[in-house]
Amino acid sequence: MACGEEKAQIMNEKDISRVLTRIAHEIIERNKGVENVVLIGIRRRGVPLAERIAQNIEKIEGVKVPVGVLDITLYRDDLTTLSHQPLVHQTKVDFDINGKVVILVDDVLFTGRTVRAALDAVMDLGRPGAVQLMVLVDRGHRELPIRADFVGKNVPTSKKEVIAVRIKEIDGEENVAILERPS
Amino acid sequence: MSGFNCKHILGLRDIAREDICKILKTAKAMKEIISRPIKKVPALRGKTVVTLFYENSTRTKLSFDLAAKYLSADTVSLSVSTSSVKKGESLIDTARTVEAMRTDILVMRHPASGAPATLKNYLNCAIVNAGDGMNEHPTQALLDLFTIQEKKGKIEGLRVAIIGDILHSRVARSNIWGLKKLGAEVAVAAPSTLIPPEIEKLGVEVYTKVEEALKGADVVNVLRLQLERQESSLIPSLREYAMMYCINEKRLNHAKDDVLLMHPGPMNRGVEISDDVADSARSAINEQVTNGVAVRMAVLYLLAGGEKVEKID
Repeated sequence: MACGEEKAQIMNEKDISRVLTRIAHEIIERNKGVENVVLIGIRRRGVPLAERIAQNIEKIEGVKVPVGVLDITLYRDDLTTLSHQPLVHQTKVDFDINGKVVILVDDVLFTGRTVRAALDAVMDLGRPGAVQLMVLVDRGHRELPIRADFVGKNVPTSKKEVIAVRIKEIDGEENVAILERPS
Repeated sequence: MSGFNCKHILGLRDIAREDICKILKTAKAMKEIISRPIKKVPALRGKTVVTLFYENSTRTKLSFDLAAKYLSADTVSLSVSTSSVKKGESLIDTARTVEAMRTDILVMRHPASGAPATLKNYLNCAIVNAGDGMNEHPTQALLDLFTIQEKKGKIEGLRVAIIGDILHSRVARSNIWGLKKLGAEVAVAAPSTLIPPEIEKLGVEVYTKVEEALKGADVVNVLRLQLERQESSLIPSLREYAMMYCINEKRLNHAKDDVLLMHPGPMNRGVEISDDVADSARSAINEQVTNGVAVRMAVLYLLAGGEKVEKID
């Protein structure tokens, strides 16, 4: 995935854990409880993040929030410009989202194009009452009018830089780093 | 993760094992889509798929059409019987005409073996073989592989018996290529007049007694007796064929208890397969049709790649 020389680590395991606890509280506060809330993680790294937020919410409120998995490949706006079709993975949302508050969870918010695709994908699954967006890192450089409701950390970046989010379940280690894209 | 390496789908003979696996994996995601209340995704918006069938078809044509529509591609079917083919237009000219209208994917069925492979040299669009003569029917074999994998959890190490008209069957050939590449054991059984010479060179066991091929089978794939291709009296009579080769409850008991029964359709009930077996719980025949749509969605999606190299995320 992201390659290049590591310039700085901006979050370690502890930082990520604290952020996910804080955001769990924010979600509960904003929605006045979680009866109507469902979490949907965007593949791949949004999925473990969503699961952990659900665990935190359960610890605080004693309520299990459903967690779904969204694959947005078929909704990407760059399919015609890629040399090879990206592999499609399965979407798993086995609960009803009609009228629910859907919280989309992703690792990095950058151009906003992934979120645009995710919004279309969610709308094809039903008609949620509201959609909110949670990201671990907001790195700026939006190309679409999209903003996150819950942000772990705002990280100003240059377009040449890459944000690498590493999550235990997928990468075996847990931190967030800034890399320099090789020119 | 490397991409998909095929520009066309002409036959499983030419498709590498890893690309077959990619198609099957993609089909799994596609099957989730067609189980939704809103079964449509925008992936192939602006792409055009033309289906050109020189032979009759119900399920293959319908499932290609629907697969393209579920992916938001535009589809047009050209009916050969009412086209300029009747005025003597050649296959190559017809195909070039179709392509000149900015077709991205051409799905074709033709009675001559190798017809789609010939067109590959004249066209730039992607070609999908939907059955060519007695050669291959790759998407049927892919949906059979997908069904086996879904029901049995794997393909490697399974024993698959293919019963019936092997000689005329493009389904059998494609299945043999695919199953061998994915590590299954294959046994075929048919009257000796319906077994093509040197078929054992593909690595299959050949039997003329159906019970022997069925012994220990995890999967039985029953082929349609191609009544339209039997002019030269290869079998004495339909009744005699049914007596010796019809897959019924009694014969199926030679296979494993949890045997999976498949048939590519259309069935000649009472000839190659009995009613009780076709409609039994062990039969995946209807599931195969659903899976056919998912597999064809996967094939169309993977073939519709663009040209520029770029990566987001």
